[in-house]
Amino acid sequence: MTHWIILPVVLPAILAPFIVLAARYHVGIQRVFSIAGVIAQIVLAASLAWQTSDGTVLLYQLGDWAAPFGIVVVGDRLSTMMVLLTAILGLFVLLYSIGSGWDTRGRHFHALFQFQLMGIMGAFLTGDLFNLFVFFEVLLIASYGLMIHAGGNARLRAGVQYVLFNLMGSTLFLFALGAIYAETGTLNMADLAQRLSSVDPAETVGIRLAAVLLLMVFAVKAALLPLHFWLPSSYAEAPAPVAALFAIMTKVGAYAIIRVYTMIFAPGVAVTAGLHDVWLLPAALASLALGMIGVLAARSLDRLVAFSVIGSMGMVMVTISLFTPESIAAALYYIIHSTLAAASLFLITDLVAHGRGDLRLTAQPFFAGGRRTAGLFFVAAIAMAGLPPLSGFIGKLLILDAAFDQDSMRWIWAIVLSASLISVVGFARAGSTVFWKARSVDPEPDAETFPAPDALSYVAVGGLIALLVAHTVFAGPAYRYATATAEQLFNPTAYITTVLETPGKLSDAKAKDKEEDH
Amino acid sequence: MEFLVASAIGILTAAGTYMVMRLRTFPVILGMSLLTYAVNVFLFASGRLTVSAPPILTDAEVYTDPLPQALVLTAIVISFGMTAVVVMIALGSYLGADDDHVNDPVIDPDAPDGEAKP
Repeated sequence: MTHWIILPVVLPAILAPFIVLAARYHVGIQRVFSIAGVIAQIVLAASLAWQTSDGTVLLYQLGDWAAPFGIVVVGDRLSTMMVLLTAILGLFVLLYSIGSGWDTRGRHFHALFQFQLMGIMGAFLTGDLFNLFVFFEVLLIASYGLMIHAGGNARLRAGVQYVLFNLMGSTLFLFALGAIYAETGTLNMADLAQRLSSVDPAETVGIRLAAVLLLMVFAVKAALLPLHFWLPSSYAEAPAPVAALFAIMTKVGAYAIIRVYTMIFAPGVAVTAGLHDVWLLPAALASLALGMIGVLAARSLDRLVAFSVIGSMGMVMVTISLFTPESIAAALYYIIHSTLAAASLFLITDLVAHGRGDLRLTAQPFFAGGRRTAGLFFVAAIAMAGLPPLSGFIGKLLILDAAFDQDSMRWIWAIVLSASLISVVGFARAGSTVFWKARSVDPEPDAETFPAPDALSYVAVGGLIALLVAHTVFAGPAYRYATATAEQLFNPTAYITTVLETPGKLSDAKAKDKEEDH
Repeated sequence: MEFLVASAIGILTAAGTYMVMRLRTFPVILGMSLLTYAVNVFLFASGRLTVSAPPILTDAEVYTDPLPQALVLTAIVISFGMTAVVVMIALGSYLGADDDHVNDPVIDPDAPDGEAKP
């Protein structure tokens, strides 16, 4: 049994209190520890991803108690891939928040950031539904703090909406967990997957209810129509680095849906037939369409990016809702792309806000650093809208290909393609208004000018864009990895046996008892 | 007893849902706390209702499931903390904007500084 796999959760859990208690008044020390922590996370995550890349499932039993009674942390290809993605995103977001000085505009940015990472990592690694709830709460309570970082009335109001919406999501989550426990007597995912087959087909009301409630909770996280209302104002009002980090939070919802609905309520399980396999696809298609129409209709750049996040989550969910190995592989490829593209767009939005002071889509005089910002926006918008040559295009191609032999192919192709067209128009309009028309407007003589953003900010955004390019260039290996991950998800036997049959403390005694009983 | 517990959960949930859909923050927060009470009792009941039995495996024939009790404890702590956080943020928002409506104010996008319309 390896102890390494718990470290992505433990490391930020130790760093964050240290930053609060010891480095409270020294932002320099906070920055050093925060960056060092995230770099250590990347190294850890990369080594975990490397260990699981051959299909092994890593297991850590807390207190050496065997599942399903003990708490387990499980790492397979999917979890470690998401952990690595989070750590890399965390580094660039942190660099940006230091470069732009966002971390000094309020207290405890770095501590909250570490707690946020802890919650996200935990949610990806846990092998137990109740701990998924606990880690959701950890990442949410840190995100509440980050969301209202630096204060301001609009931000606080958006914060209230965000907190209330997510609290309702958590309450629903608990109702779902209660129903699952009442029906099956376990909350361990591997154990649930096994026990679900022995549920009496005549009495499935409770378990069907729980499956739908869980899907609703994850759909709130993934901002799926009609549960997306919290997203536009929270993401638009949140500080830019925080919004960029939140790009992974919607993917936590997508991850939870992939995990729970391929392993526990798998496509072939009879008790939940006719639920999510019927209406997840229409909801996903509607949120894809709504997101991209929102991109076209937005009147400010931050809302535009927020709606493009809804749209790209819709795209991810359309692919997931087909529940075939090809579609999950395409969804995984697109999830990485969409996280990086959304994060870089949020950061670029902040570069624009830094130069102009506001984000309304009107022609305003050119601002310092505008040329570089315009170039970055151009690349990131191409990626987000899914135009060639960047990874958005490859991801969309994979999605269309995965949907090709499905009954719903006509709908998926029609909506994906027209939504892309709408988003291209939306991004082109926004980009030309903000950057191009700026040439034709003369600055007012007494207008205040802002200095160009810090070079470190550009390094952070440029790094994210470079990752997008790398994701395009190495699309072959990335897709092969995603395919292997999807295959592992659809053959969960290794996962289940590793979790349930690894002996822990007192397992020998129990086995002996059993032998004596016979 | 089943009827009592079930109807308590039902009434708490109904009242909570109604309050959550109000327009101002304070009733919404009250509704959220009602909903969390409801879910706590619900979780407690998910291990089946047993009276005067120890929550531990002993030699006794009758025992009650200890796991839901642990789950409820966790859920209570978390919901308590979350309610405190939302009260603080809502208070900050109310004191700052002098308005405790949950919805966004209608903003005139063409106004130069994005001020709220009356």
